Amino acid sequence: MTSPPALSDIGALLCTVSILLIPLAGAGISLINTGLGRSRSASHLMLSSICIISSAALVYFVCGFSWQGYPGGPAYQFFLAGRGWNWIASGPFFLRRIDLDGSPASLAALLGIFSAGLAGLIPLGSGTDRWRLGAACASTTLLAGFTYPLFAHWVWGGGWLAQLSTVGGFGRGFVDAAGSSTIQVVGGLTALSIAWILGPRHGKYTAAGMPSAIPGHNSVLVSFGCLLALIGWTGLNSAGAVLFSGVEPGSAVRVAINTALSASSAALMAAAITRVRFGKPDASLTANGWIGGLAASSAACAFVVPAEAIVIGGIAGALVTFSVEWFELRLSIDDPSGAISAHGMAGLWGVVSVGLFGNVTQSGVSVTNAGNSGQLLAQFVGIATLIGFVLPLTYGVNWFLNRIYSQRVSSDGERQGMDLHELGAGAYPDFMTHSEEFTPHKL
Amino acid sequence: MKPFGFLLLLSGWGIVFAAVGLLATGGVRIVFLLSGFGVELIGLVLVARSHPILRGPKD
Repeated sequence: MTSPPALSDIGALLCTVSILLIPLAGAGISLINTGLGRSRSASHLMLSSICIISSAALVYFVCGFSWQGYPGGPAYQFFLAGRGWNWIASGPFFLRRIDLDGSPASLAALLGIFSAGLAGLIPLGSGTDRWRLGAACASTTLLAGFTYPLFAHWVWGGGWLAQLSTVGGFGRGFVDAAGSSTIQVVGGLTALSIAWILGPRHGKYTAAGMPSAIPGHNSVLVSFGCLLALIGWTGLNSAGAVLFSGVEPGSAVRVAINTALSASSAALMAAAITRVRFGKPDASLTANGWIGGLAASSAACAFVVPAEAIVIGGIAGALVTFSVEWFELRLSIDDPSGAISAHGMAGLWGVVSVGLFGNVTQSGVSVTNAGNSGQLLAQFVGIATLIGFVLPLTYGVNWFLNRIYSQRVSSDGERQGMDLHELGAGAYPDFMTHSEEFTPHKL
Repeated sequence: MKPFGFLLLLSGWGIVFAAVGLLATGGVRIVFLLSGFGVELIGLVLVARSHPILRGPKD
């Protein structure tokens, strides 16, 4: 396995600045989750976001990066059909032996600390109004400490998915420039697992099994979160493309343009679809479309032209809009923030889009993928790994956690609201509540 | 049904992985890849159908 070339000073500076923007994506996702939840859980959601980011950063520092590694670093291999398959890194814990000086490895570690937290915030949206704070932190520890680093190693650390070009003859190997799979789909599948394990909120489904609308409490927070997320995603995509795909630092301009265009077309597509179907544009679905466009843009942002980014975003927006409804109506999955659709489904589409539209560039060699079925197959092998391996893994660890530490709050706590039940104070203490929703009633 | 669904998910991935690692380029490998996807799809359907719905009170 070859080490990535050292970055120029300009490249290292660009990566550092771009990575430092990523926490804004986390802030945006936190605001979206909070705005789409109930007012009586708002403070709990924001505190959970902070605790999740903190847990993810600490556990990633302790063991996450040592298992994710970087190309050229120490790793374990197993041999199949006479070829070595790199499956997990074997670096020392606590970031030891990493020179924190702007080297590619140190920048990958910095990006990982923030992006593990970003992945951890995605399930929080699905567990809104019923996921206990301690359980969310424990689940994030498992995600950032093992699930995320393992898959990130396979894609970004020189693992077997990245090696598919040499060991399997698949295009340039599995390609994901900035985390459509490693961050968004892994987070989305964890969100799906959490939604399944927790079950829907009380009152979400009627006796006949029909879903009831539980609208978010603050669409302004949601919209502001979308705008913050754009800034964070621009940094994430730029840094990821330079660090993990070897594109020139100057390509950051193209990456930023593609990111903005993808989000824009996704949001407008979602607004148009909801306008046609419901008579008026739906704010929450449009916000979900925007996030879906960002999530889908990450994989191919460095390898497509702006017109293709618009197409990728438009399809992501449509996909998210129908997917949210499908999960709620057909599968009876209560996902208050639409995280499974906006991150998981759109992320999967982003992975496919690399095979359909991408001109993958590595080490200065451009390969046009038009008609290159090998690259598309590599992307599908990655998707099969996400659904066939990562989903059972993340469900299994969260199921086990639920057996020893119940993840769902008690019924009384849910009726009372997570703020009062777990924190003892609400987010909006001056507000009066004029409803009987706090009155216990027989279910 | 749920454990069986997850078992099918893992089995499907195993088929895909085996096809990538053991089979040379060609139609057979693509058939195995598609078969693996199919097994994963069945597993996904089983897992999705095995989760109960928390229904509200009856009128």
